[in-house]
This record gives sequence, structure tokens and C-alpha cells, in this order.
Amino acid sequence: MSTVKIPPVLRSSTGGEKEVSVDGGSVGDVLRSLASQHPATESQLFSESGELNRYVNVYVNDEDVRVLQGLETAVGPDDTLVILPAMAGGCR
Amino acid sequence: MPSGADLIRQIRSQITEVDPSEVHELISSGHNGYVLVDVREQHEFEQAHLPGAVHVPRGHLESRVEGAAPDKSSRVITYCASGQRSALAANTMLKELGYENVESMTGGITLWKDRGYEVEVPKTLSPDQRERYSRHLLIPEIGLEGQQKLLESKVLLLGAGGLGSPAALYLAAAGVGTLGLVDNDVVDLSNLQRQVAHSNDRIGMPKVDSAEIAIKEINPDVNVVKYQTRLDASNIMEVIEGYDVILDGADNFPIRYLLNDASVRLGIPVVSASILGFDGQLSVFKPYEGPCYRCLYPTPPPAELAPSCGANGVLGVLPGTMGLLQSTEVIKLIVGSGDPLIGRLLLYDALAASFTELKVRRDPQCPVCSRDPSELSDEEMGLFPDYEAFCAAAG
Repeated sequence: MSTVKIPPVLRSSTGGEKEVSVDGGSVGDVLRSLASQHPATESQLFSESGELNRYVNVYVNDEDVRVLQGLETAVGPDDTLVILPAMAGGCR
Repeated sequence: MPSGADLIRQIRSQITEVDPSEVHELISSGHNGYVLVDVREQHEFEQAHLPGAVHVPRGHLESRVEGAAPDKSSRVITYCASGQRSALAANTMLKELGYENVESMTGGITLWKDRGYEVEVPKTLSPDQRERYSRHLLIPEIGLEGQQKLLESKVLLLGAGGLGSPAALYLAAAGVGTLGLVDNDVVDLSNLQRQVAHSNDRIGMPKVDSAEIAIKEINPDVNVVKYQTRLDASNIMEVIEGYDVILDGADNFPIRYLLNDASVRLGIPVVSASILGFDGQLSVFKPYEGPCYRCLYPTPPPAELAPSCGANGVLGVLPGTMGLLQSTEVIKLIVGSGDPLIGRLLLYDALAASFTELKVRRDPQCPVCSRDPSELSDEEMGLFPDYEAFCAAAG
């Protein structure tokens, strides 16, 4: 089971969970398992064509999957995935 | 026993002396195979010295000269006011410290000036400044040189709110010479839970004016430049040009992308932070040395995934934490110390009390920083790839 860290803006879609343990051998598998466990995350992670949305950054441990093999990047049971949407708040 | 004057005369006859004209020629040629050592006292060196000279007072010669001239076979030229102390210093270096090639400049800086040669007048701190910044002067990573860089620096704070408030106070305290403040908002009661540059009796006052009062209270020497406006494509280049570092505490995506594009064009580093709830993000975007904001976030998220602090709330302390981490990065960039957070994104989870560091790579296809700055046009500033869709979604 890999660990997926859920960003604040997606926590309402995971019942408030900050970390979710998910099965899967690749980034794509892990995220799709996450989406089947927590269906509300699906449209936020994936576009209609099944690609990862461009505004969502995903890291395996500390490396951006865009410089690895994207959704095909292999994920081991000890790996941590970080989902990271951009935040703009400076708080006026 | 010889008299003092006899001793000096005797030593001068035993060492090699060099005429100021030769030293002048050496300095003018840009040649760097020598060390020029000023052996006078601190107050004399501070008034004026030869260009490129290092200062080792004669009283500290034995303990300090090896730091200034570590290679004992290199050419060393000493000088003082008239050529006497420098002759004695040269003699000590040759006979007792093992230097092989030391010469004393005839006539010292007095003859140098009589010949009309150029001197450097170092900028020094006033007694008040020495006292105010004494804790900085004590740490070698800042010291006198770093403090002078801070005093000469210009930092622009984009936003005088949650992140800008602690930054304004601490950067003013640290002695940043010029603080630019961009904000078109006025102080509201709901700001005071976190925006510590403002106060109860300044509710309703423009934030730039309120922050200026707070800055001047902590350090009246800071030059405050106020921009009571909202940045847009028409004014951003004019506002940010000339600043050394920009601290981004903006509260929305369009301004963050606009700032990124303009700062890449002008080559100004941006220390960026954002906050929401109990979470903060921090990174340094230094154009062409590391990734830019668009390399990290090529596309802004839709509005429902980009809530504002106004809508979702924020722990009041969090902008303090993040704004001060930003200020620390600003100071590091100015004085050139440490490892700035370039190409790294720091995530802070206040509830968990944990930091996570992620790598940020330059995107070879980045629409902005993969190109030469001269190719970026005014029309492109701040445009998203899907700008209209974003604005429509944001309503």
C-alpha cells in the first residue's frame, strides 16, 4: 500500500482524511484506486479524457511525476504520493 | 641601541620599496596576481584607501595577515600613511612569517594622493547603525558587508496583508534600505487577527499608509515607497523595475502569473508564499537560475479548487510563519549567504507540525522562462494558456 497525501482543498472529498493508503503499481493505478475509494476526487484529479489535470501536480516522494514517467511512473509500497494543487492565498 | 628613526631607516634599507606609480600601474592593469595590504588603523582605513586594498592593521598583522594573503609566495604590497609602518610590517612578514615577496609602498597613501591617484572611500555605518545592527555584525554570514548590502537593497512587498505584514516589520528591522509596498486595500477589523503591521486605531486607513507607520516606528531610516494600486499588465513593469527582490504575498492567481512573467522579463527574483487554513507553501523563483512559477504551476486550478482565505479561513499565526520564512529567503538573496529555496518547494502543515520539501524543475517548454527575456512582449504579460476559461469559471 502506498501513502497518498491529500491536500487541504481535496480533503472534503476524502471525508477529511489527510493521508489515504491505496494499492497500485503505478501513479495512474494509485490515483484511480483513490478515485474509486473516494469518487468525489475523480473529476478533480482527471480530465474527461482520463488524463491527469494539468493544474494538479503529483510527486512520488519529492519528485514531480512530469519529469518521471507521468501516470506510468512505478510506485512501491513504501512510496509516498503528494497531490499538490496550486494555492494563491496571500490573505488580504 | 638605535633610535626609533634609525631602526626604521635601517629596515627600509633592507626591504624592497615600490613607488606609487608602479602600484598605480598594477591596479589600472586589472592584473590580480598580488595582494595590497593597508596596515593602518581602522579609522584611517575607513576614511580612504587604495582601490582593492585589504585591511590588516599592523597591530593585528601576525594574527590576521595569513587570512588576507594565504599564499606566502605571492606578491604582497603593504602601505600605510607615509611608508614607515608598512616597511616595518613588510619586514615582519619577510623575516618572521615566511613571506617571500613583500614590498612596501614609498610615501604611503599620502604620496599616492599627492600624485592624484584615485582612492576608495568605504561606506561605513554610523555609530547608531553599529548599535542597531550589532547582532547582525556579529554573525559572519552577514557582518558589515552584508549589512551594507541590506542597507542598499530595495525590496518590493506585493501585498501589505497577512504575509506582507510580518515581512515589512522584520525587513525594516533588518535594515533593508527601501521597502516598496503594493496594496490598494484599507485596514479592516477582520485583518487584525493576523496582519500585525496594522492596528485597531488604523482601521479604515489604506494599508500602505498603516504599514508605513509601523515600519517607521521600528526603523525610521527605511525609505518607504507606497503604491496604493492593484497591479495589472499596464503598470507592473513600471512598479517592479529597479527592485532587487520581490516578496509575493498576492491573494490571487492572475496577479501571481502576471508577477511571474514580468519578473522573469526583468530578471528579478521572487520569494513566493501562499497560505490556506493550516497549510503554507514557499519557494524562490530566480529567473533563469531555477524554475519560474509557471514551471511549477503551468495552469491555475479552477475556482472551486482555489478557495481564498476570505472564504475558507486561515490560522492567524500561519501568515506570520510563512511571511518570516519569506523574509529569511529575501535576506539570504540580498547578502548572498546560504542555500536559497530555488528549485525547491517547501510545504508547511501547521496542524501536523511538519515540513515537506519537493523538487521543482525548470520546464524546458515553459511558455515564459524557456525563452529569452527580450522575446517576451507586453501583450503576453500575465496571460494564462486558458485565461478566458479561468475568468469565466471564477465568475
